[in-house]
Amino acid sequence: MENAHVAAIPHAHATDEAHTFDRKAIWRTFRILLYITLFELALAISYYEIEFSNPHLVKHLLNGIFIVLTLAKAFFIIAEFMHLRHEIRNLILTISIPALLFIWFITAFLWDGNSYKNLRNTYDKHYREHATEKVEQKEPAKGEKEEPGKLQ
Amino acid sequence: MAQVATANQGMWSGGKSPFKVEYGKLMMWYFLMSDAFTFGAFLISYGTIRFSTNSWPDPNHVFRSFPIVGEMHIPLAFVSLMTFILIMSSVTMVLAVGAGHEMNRKEVLKWLGWTILGGIAFLSCQAWEWTHLYHEGAWWGHNPFMNIDGTQASTNFTNFFFTITGFHGFHVLSGVVINIIMFIMTYKGVFDRRGHYLMIEKAGLYWHFVDLVWVFVFTCFYLF
Repeated sequence: MENAHVAAIPHAHATDEAHTFDRKAIWRTFRILLYITLFELALAISYYEIEFSNPHLVKHLLNGIFIVLTLAKAFFIIAEFMHLRHEIRNLILTISIPALLFIWFITAFLWDGNSYKNLRNTYDKHYREHATEKVEQKEPAKGEKEEPGKLQ
Repeated sequence: MAQVATANQGMWSGGKSPFKVEYGKLMMWYFLMSDAFTFGAFLISYGTIRFSTNSWPDPNHVFRSFPIVGEMHIPLAFVSLMTFILIMSSVTMVLAVGAGHEMNRKEVLKWLGWTILGGIAFLSCQAWEWTHLYHEGAWWGHNPFMNIDGTQASTNFTNFFFTITGFHGFHVLSGVVINIIMFIMTYKGVFDRRGHYLMIEKAGLYWHFVDLVWVFVFTCFYLF
Protein backbone atom coordinates (compact mmCIF):
# COMPACT_ATOMS: atom_id res chain seq x y z
CA MET A 1 0.00 0.00 0.00
CA GLU A 2 2.71 2.41 1.05
CA ASN A 3 4.74 1.44 -2.01
CA ALA A 4 1.87 2.04 -4.39
CA HIS A 5 1.19 5.41 -2.79
CA VAL A 6 4.79 6.50 -3.09
CA ALA A 7 5.07 5.05 -6.60
CA ALA A 8 2.12 7.18 -7.61
CA ILE A 9 3.92 10.37 -6.70
CA PRO A 10 7.02 9.80 -8.85
CA HIS A 11 4.86 8.74 -11.78
CA ALA A 12 2.87 11.94 -11.69
CA HIS A 13 6.09 13.64 -10.78
CA ALA A 14 7.88 12.06 -13.75
CA THR A 15 5.69 13.64 -16.37
CA ASP A 16 6.02 16.89 -14.44
CA GLU A 17 9.72 16.22 -13.81
CA ALA A 18 10.58 15.45 -17.44
CA HIS A 19 9.17 18.85 -18.11
CA THR A 20 11.06 20.59 -15.33
CA PHE A 21 14.21 18.46 -15.18
CA ASP A 22 16.03 20.28 -17.90
CA ARG A 23 19.50 19.07 -18.82
CA LYS A 24 20.22 22.33 -20.61
CA ALA A 25 19.37 24.35 -17.51
CA ILE A 26 21.76 22.23 -15.44
CA TRP A 27 24.71 22.82 -17.77
CA ARG A 28 23.80 26.47 -18.09
CA THR A 29 23.77 26.76 -14.30
CA PHE A 30 27.17 25.04 -14.19
CA ARG A 31 28.58 27.55 -16.67
CA ILE A 32 27.16 30.46 -14.67
CA LEU A 33 28.76 29.10 -11.48
CA LEU A 34 32.06 28.59 -13.29
CA TYR A 35 32.14 32.12 -14.74
CA ILE A 36 31.21 33.72 -11.43
CA THR A 37 33.98 31.77 -9.65
CA LEU A 38 36.56 32.66 -12.29
CA PHE A 39 35.55 36.30 -12.05
CA GLU A 40 35.90 36.25 -8.25
CA LEU A 41 39.35 34.69 -8.55
CA ALA A 42 40.40 37.25 -11.16
CA LEU A 43 39.36 40.03 -8.80
CA ALA A 44 41.12 38.46 -5.82
CA ILE A 45 44.37 37.89 -7.70
CA SER A 46 44.39 41.30 -9.36
CA TYR A 47 43.95 42.93 -5.95
CA TYR A 48 47.05 41.03 -4.88
CA GLU A 49 49.05 42.09 -7.93
CA ILE A 50 48.02 45.72 -8.52
CA GLU A 51 49.16 48.60 -6.34
CA PHE A 52 46.21 50.74 -5.31
CA SER A 53 46.39 54.26 -3.95
CA ASN A 54 43.61 53.47 -1.49
CA PRO A 55 43.84 49.70 -0.86
CA HIS A 56 41.56 49.84 2.17
CA LEU A 57 38.61 51.20 0.21
CA VAL A 58 39.20 48.85 -2.71
CA LYS A 59 39.29 45.84 -0.35
CA HIS A 60 35.95 46.82 1.16
CA LEU A 61 34.45 47.25 -2.29
CA LEU A 62 35.86 43.90 -3.35
CA ASN A 63 34.44 42.16 -0.28
CA GLY A 64 31.03 43.59 -1.07
CA ILE A 65 31.29 42.19 -4.60
CA PHE A 66 32.38 38.79 -3.24
CA ILE A 67 29.37 38.67 -0.94
CA VAL A 68 26.95 39.48 -3.76
CA LEU A 69 28.54 36.92 -6.10
CA THR A 70 28.61 34.23 -3.41
CA LEU A 71 24.92 34.78 -2.69
CA ALA A 72 24.25 34.56 -6.43
CA LYS A 73 26.08 31.21 -6.56
CA ALA A 74 24.17 29.98 -3.53
CA PHE A 75 20.92 30.98 -5.18
CA PHE A 76 21.73 29.05 -8.35
CA ILE A 77 22.85 25.93 -6.49
CA ILE A 78 19.73 25.87 -4.32
CA ALA A 79 17.27 26.80 -7.04
CA GLU A 80 18.54 24.59 -9.87
CA PHE A 81 20.75 21.81 -8.49
CA MET A 82 18.59 21.27 -5.42
CA HIS A 83 15.52 21.90 -7.51
CA LEU A 84 13.93 24.25 -4.97
CA ARG A 85 12.78 26.67 -7.65
CA HIS A 86 10.41 24.04 -8.99
CA GLU A 87 8.90 23.04 -5.65
CA ILE A 88 5.70 24.58 -4.34
CA ARG A 89 5.78 28.11 -2.98
CA ASN A 90 5.37 27.26 0.69
CA LEU A 91 8.37 24.94 0.69
CA ILE A 92 10.43 27.67 -0.97
CA LEU A 93 9.33 30.06 1.80
CA THR A 94 10.20 27.52 4.51
CA ILE A 95 13.78 27.68 3.31
CA SER A 96 14.11 31.28 2.17
CA ILE A 97 12.58 33.09 5.16
CA PRO A 98 15.02 31.61 7.71
CA ALA A 99 17.80 32.34 5.23
CA LEU A 100 16.83 36.01 5.11
CA LEU A 101 16.72 36.15 8.90
CA PHE A 102 20.16 34.57 8.80
CA ILE A 103 21.47 37.48 6.78
CA TRP A 104 20.40 39.74 9.61
CA PHE A 105 22.22 37.41 12.02
CA ILE A 106 25.41 37.80 9.95
CA THR A 107 25.12 41.59 9.72
CA ALA A 108 24.48 41.99 13.44
CA PHE A 109 27.46 39.90 14.51
CA LEU A 110 29.91 41.48 12.10
CA TRP A 111 28.74 44.91 13.21
CA ASP A 112 29.24 43.87 16.83
CA GLY A 113 32.69 42.50 16.11
CA ASN A 114 33.71 45.73 14.41
CA SER A 115 32.31 47.79 17.28
CA TYR A 116 34.27 45.70 19.77
CA LYS A 117 37.45 46.37 17.82
CA ASN A 118 36.82 50.12 17.71
CA LEU A 119 35.96 50.34 21.39
CA ARG A 120 39.01 48.33 22.31
CA ASN A 121 41.31 50.46 20.19
CA THR A 122 39.84 53.63 21.70
CA TYR A 123 39.83 52.68 25.37
CA ASP A 124 42.62 50.12 25.70
CA LYS A 125 45.92 51.92 25.05
CA HIS A 126 47.99 48.84 25.75
CA TYR A 127 46.09 46.88 23.10
CA ARG A 128 46.50 49.70 20.60
CA GLU A 129 50.27 49.88 21.09
CA HIS A 130 50.66 46.14 20.91
CA ALA A 131 48.71 46.11 17.64
CA THR A 132 51.28 48.28 15.93
CA GLU A 133 54.39 46.33 16.89
CA LYS A 134 55.86 44.74 13.81
CA VAL A 135 57.40 41.28 13.80
CA GLU A 136 61.13 41.15 12.91
CA GLN A 137 61.83 39.14 9.82
CA LYS A 138 63.89 36.11 10.86
CA GLU A 139 66.66 34.83 8.58
CA PRO A 140 66.35 31.22 7.39
CA ALA A 141 68.28 29.24 10.02
CA LYS A 142 71.54 27.35 9.58
CA GLY A 143 71.44 26.85 5.81
CA GLU A 144 68.37 24.64 6.06
CA LYS A 145 65.25 25.12 3.91
CA GLU A 146 63.24 28.17 4.96
CA GLU A 147 60.47 26.77 7.14
CA PRO A 148 58.98 29.61 9.19
CA GLY A 149 57.89 28.55 12.66
CA LYS A 150 58.13 24.82 11.99
CA LEU A 151 56.47 22.78 14.69
CA GLN A 152 58.84 21.47 17.36
CA MET B 1 -22.60 -1.73 4.82
CA ALA B 2 -19.19 -2.55 3.57
CA GLN B 3 -17.70 0.54 2.13
CA VAL B 4 -14.18 1.34 1.15
CA ALA B 5 -13.07 4.30 3.21
CA THR B 6 -10.99 6.48 0.98
CA ALA B 7 -8.68 9.08 2.39
CA ASN B 8 -10.02 12.59 2.08
CA GLN B 9 -7.79 14.94 0.20
CA GLY B 10 -8.42 18.01 2.32
CA MET B 11 -5.68 20.12 3.84
CA TRP B 12 -6.09 18.67 7.32
CA SER B 13 -7.86 15.42 6.49
CA GLY B 14 -4.76 13.46 5.65
CA GLY B 15 -4.11 11.48 2.49
CA LYS B 16 -1.91 14.24 1.19
CA SER B 17 1.76 14.91 1.75
CA PRO B 18 2.67 18.39 3.08
CA PHE B 19 4.25 20.60 0.42
CA LYS B 20 3.49 17.74 -2.00
CA VAL B 21 6.90 16.23 -1.42
CA GLU B 22 7.79 12.86 -0.02
CA TYR B 23 8.29 12.75 3.75
CA GLY B 24 11.97 11.80 3.51
CA LYS B 25 12.72 14.63 1.12
CA LEU B 26 11.08 17.21 3.39
CA MET B 27 12.98 15.88 6.38
CA MET B 28 16.20 16.10 4.41
CA TRP B 29 15.47 19.77 3.71
CA TYR B 30 14.86 20.37 7.42
CA PHE B 31 18.08 18.58 8.32
CA LEU B 32 19.97 20.69 5.77
CA MET B 33 18.52 23.85 7.34
CA SER B 34 19.80 22.77 10.74
CA ASP B 35 23.21 21.94 9.32
CA ALA B 36 23.23 25.28 7.52
CA PHE B 37 22.74 27.00 10.86
CA THR B 38 25.61 25.02 12.36
CA PHE B 39 27.98 26.00 9.58
CA GLY B 40 26.56 29.50 9.64
CA ALA B 41 27.31 29.77 13.34
CA PHE B 42 30.90 28.67 12.74
CA LEU B 43 31.41 31.10 9.88
CA ILE B 44 29.76 33.96 11.73
CA SER B 45 31.95 33.39 14.78
CA TYR B 46 34.95 33.42 12.43
CA GLY B 47 33.72 36.68 10.91
CA THR B 48 33.10 38.26 14.29
CA ILE B 49 36.57 37.38 15.60
CA ARG B 50 38.16 38.59 12.40
CA PHE B 51 36.21 41.86 12.45
CA SER B 52 37.22 42.40 16.05
CA THR B 53 40.96 42.09 15.38
CA ASN B 54 43.08 44.82 13.89
CA SER B 55 44.82 42.68 11.31
CA TRP B 56 44.80 39.19 9.81
CA PRO B 57 47.08 37.07 7.59
CA ASP B 58 46.82 37.66 3.85
CA PRO B 59 45.18 34.64 2.14
CA ASN B 60 46.99 35.39 -1.12
CA HIS B 61 50.22 34.94 0.77
CA VAL B 62 49.20 31.92 2.83
CA PHE B 63 47.43 29.90 0.14
CA ARG B 64 49.80 30.06 -2.76
CA SER B 65 51.14 26.54 -3.02
CA PHE B 66 50.25 23.90 -5.56
CA PRO B 67 51.13 20.23 -5.66
CA ILE B 68 53.99 19.07 -7.92
CA VAL B 69 55.25 22.55 -8.83
CA GLY B 70 57.39 22.70 -5.70
CA GLU B 71 58.40 26.17 -4.58
CA MET B 72 56.49 28.01 -7.29
CA HIS B 73 53.87 30.34 -5.85
CA ILE B 74 50.46 30.54 -7.52
CA PRO B 75 48.01 32.33 -5.23
CA LEU B 76 44.61 30.68 -4.83
CA ALA B 77 45.13 28.27 -7.74
CA PHE B 78 44.82 25.11 -5.70
CA VAL B 79 41.62 26.15 -3.95
CA SER B 80 40.16 27.11 -7.34
CA LEU B 81 40.85 23.59 -8.51
CA MET B 82 39.09 22.21 -5.43
CA THR B 83 36.08 24.44 -6.03
CA PHE B 84 35.90 23.35 -9.65
CA ILE B 85 36.07 19.67 -8.69
CA LEU B 86 33.25 20.05 -6.17
CA ILE B 87 30.98 22.02 -8.50
CA MET B 88 31.58 19.43 -11.25
CA SER B 89 30.65 16.66 -8.84
CA SER B 90 27.44 18.55 -8.04
CA VAL B 91 26.61 18.62 -11.74
CA THR B 92 27.23 14.88 -12.09
CA MET B 93 25.00 14.35 -9.03
CA VAL B 94 22.15 16.28 -10.65
CA LEU B 95 22.58 14.17 -13.77
CA ALA B 96 22.41 11.04 -11.61
CA VAL B 97 19.15 12.26 -10.06
CA GLY B 98 17.81 13.04 -13.52
CA ALA B 99 18.71 9.55 -14.71
CA GLY B 100 16.90 8.24 -11.64
CA HIS B 101 13.72 9.99 -12.71
CA GLU B 102 13.95 8.16 -16.03
CA MET B 103 14.50 4.87 -14.12
CA ASN B 104 17.73 4.44 -16.08
CA ARG B 105 19.85 2.30 -13.78
CA LYS B 106 23.02 2.30 -15.88
CA GLU B 107 23.05 6.08 -16.25
CA VAL B 108 22.52 6.50 -12.51
CA LEU B 109 25.51 4.24 -11.82
CA LYS B 110 27.65 6.14 -14.29
CA TRP B 111 26.92 9.59 -12.88
CA LEU B 112 27.00 8.44 -9.25
CA GLY B 113 30.41 6.92 -9.99
CA TRP B 114 31.73 10.23 -11.26
CA THR B 115 30.27 12.04 -8.23
CA ILE B 116 32.03 9.62 -5.88
CA LEU B 117 35.31 10.10 -7.72
CA GLY B 118 34.87 13.87 -7.54
CA GLY B 119 34.29 13.66 -3.80
CA ILE B 120 37.37 11.51 -3.28
CA ALA B 121 39.42 13.92 -5.43
CA PHE B 122 38.26 16.85 -3.30
CA LEU B 123 39.11 15.04 -0.07
CA SER B 124 42.57 14.20 -1.44
CA CYS B 125 43.13 17.84 -2.32
CA GLN B 126 42.04 18.97 1.12
CA ALA B 127 44.33 16.38 2.72
CA TRP B 128 47.25 17.71 0.65
CA GLU B 129 46.43 21.29 1.65
CA TRP B 130 46.32 20.36 5.34
CA THR B 131 49.57 18.37 5.14
CA HIS B 132 51.31 21.19 3.32
CA LEU B 133 50.18 23.79 5.84
CA TYR B 134 51.18 21.50 8.69
CA HIS B 135 54.68 21.24 7.27
CA GLU B 136 54.84 25.01 7.14
CA GLY B 137 54.12 25.08 10.85
CA ALA B 138 50.39 25.71 10.86
CA TRP B 139 48.08 23.72 13.15
CA TRP B 140 45.57 24.23 15.93
CA GLY B 141 47.44 26.49 18.33
CA HIS B 142 50.31 27.25 15.91
CA ASN B 143 50.29 30.07 13.38
CA PRO B 144 53.53 30.70 11.44
CA PHE B 145 52.02 33.42 9.25
CA MET B 146 52.11 37.05 10.20
CA ASN B 147 49.38 39.62 9.65
CA ILE B 148 49.09 41.57 6.44
CA ASP B 149 50.27 44.73 8.22
CA GLY B 150 53.39 43.03 9.59
CA THR B 151 52.21 42.51 13.15
CA GLN B 152 52.19 39.25 15.09
CA ALA B 153 49.17 37.15 14.17
CA SER B 154 47.14 35.20 16.72
CA THR B 155 46.37 31.50 16.38
CA ASN B 156 42.72 32.36 15.62
CA PHE B 157 43.55 32.19 11.94
CA THR B 158 44.72 28.58 11.94
CA ASN B 159 42.26 27.46 14.61
CA PHE B 160 39.30 28.62 12.60
CA PHE B 161 40.75 27.44 9.31
CA PHE B 162 41.37 23.88 10.41
CA THR B 163 38.17 23.58 12.44
CA ILE B 164 35.84 24.82 9.74
CA THR B 165 37.50 23.16 6.76
CA GLY B 166 37.78 20.02 8.89
CA PHE B 167 34.06 20.11 9.66
CA HIS B 168 33.33 20.62 5.99
CA GLY B 169 35.72 17.86 4.97
CA PHE B 170 33.95 15.54 7.40
CA HIS B 171 30.67 16.34 5.66
CA VAL B 172 32.24 15.61 2.28
CA LEU B 173 33.51 12.30 3.64
CA SER B 174 30.08 11.30 4.95
CA GLY B 175 28.60 12.41 1.61
CA VAL B 176 31.01 10.15 -0.25
CA VAL B 177 30.11 7.25 2.04
CA ILE B 178 26.40 7.86 1.50
CA ASN B 179 26.94 8.04 -2.27
CA ILE B 180 28.86 4.75 -2.20
CA ILE B 181 25.94 3.15 -0.35
CA MET B 182 23.57 4.62 -2.96
CA PHE B 183 25.79 3.18 -5.68
CA ILE B 184 25.67 -0.27 -4.16
CA MET B 185 21.90 -0.11 -3.67
CA THR B 186 21.40 1.01 -7.27
CA TYR B 187 23.69 -1.73 -8.51
CA LYS B 188 21.70 -4.35 -6.61
CA GLY B 189 18.46 -3.09 -8.14
CA VAL B 190 16.87 -1.92 -4.88
CA PHE B 191 15.40 1.19 -6.51
CA ASP B 192 14.14 -0.68 -9.56
CA ARG B 193 12.22 -2.95 -7.18
CA ARG B 194 10.87 0.04 -5.24
CA GLY B 195 9.76 1.72 -8.41
CA HIS B 196 11.43 5.03 -7.71
CA TYR B 197 14.85 6.60 -7.24
CA LEU B 198 13.79 9.10 -4.59
CA MET B 199 16.62 7.98 -2.30
CA ILE B 200 19.13 9.20 -4.87
CA GLU B 201 17.36 12.54 -4.90
CA LYS B 202 17.74 12.86 -1.12
CA ALA B 203 21.41 11.93 -1.29
CA GLY B 204 21.67 14.52 -4.05
CA LEU B 205 20.26 17.23 -1.79
CA TYR B 206 22.89 16.41 0.83
CA TRP B 207 25.67 16.50 -1.74
CA HIS B 208 24.56 19.88 -3.08
CA PHE B 209 24.45 21.19 0.45
CA VAL B 210 28.07 20.14 0.90
CA ASP B 211 28.96 22.04 -2.28
CA LEU B 212 26.99 25.06 -1.08
CA VAL B 213 28.84 25.19 2.22
CA TRP B 214 32.14 25.00 0.35
CA VAL B 215 31.15 28.05 -1.71
CA PHE B 216 30.77 30.02 1.54
CA VAL B 217 33.87 28.59 3.20
CA PHE B 218 35.90 29.34 0.08
CA THR B 219 34.70 32.95 0.05
CA CYS B 220 35.24 33.55 3.77
CA PHE B 221 38.71 32.05 4.08
CA TYR B 222 40.29 32.52 0.69
CA LEU B 223 38.71 35.60 -0.84
CA PHE B 224 38.02 37.96 2.03
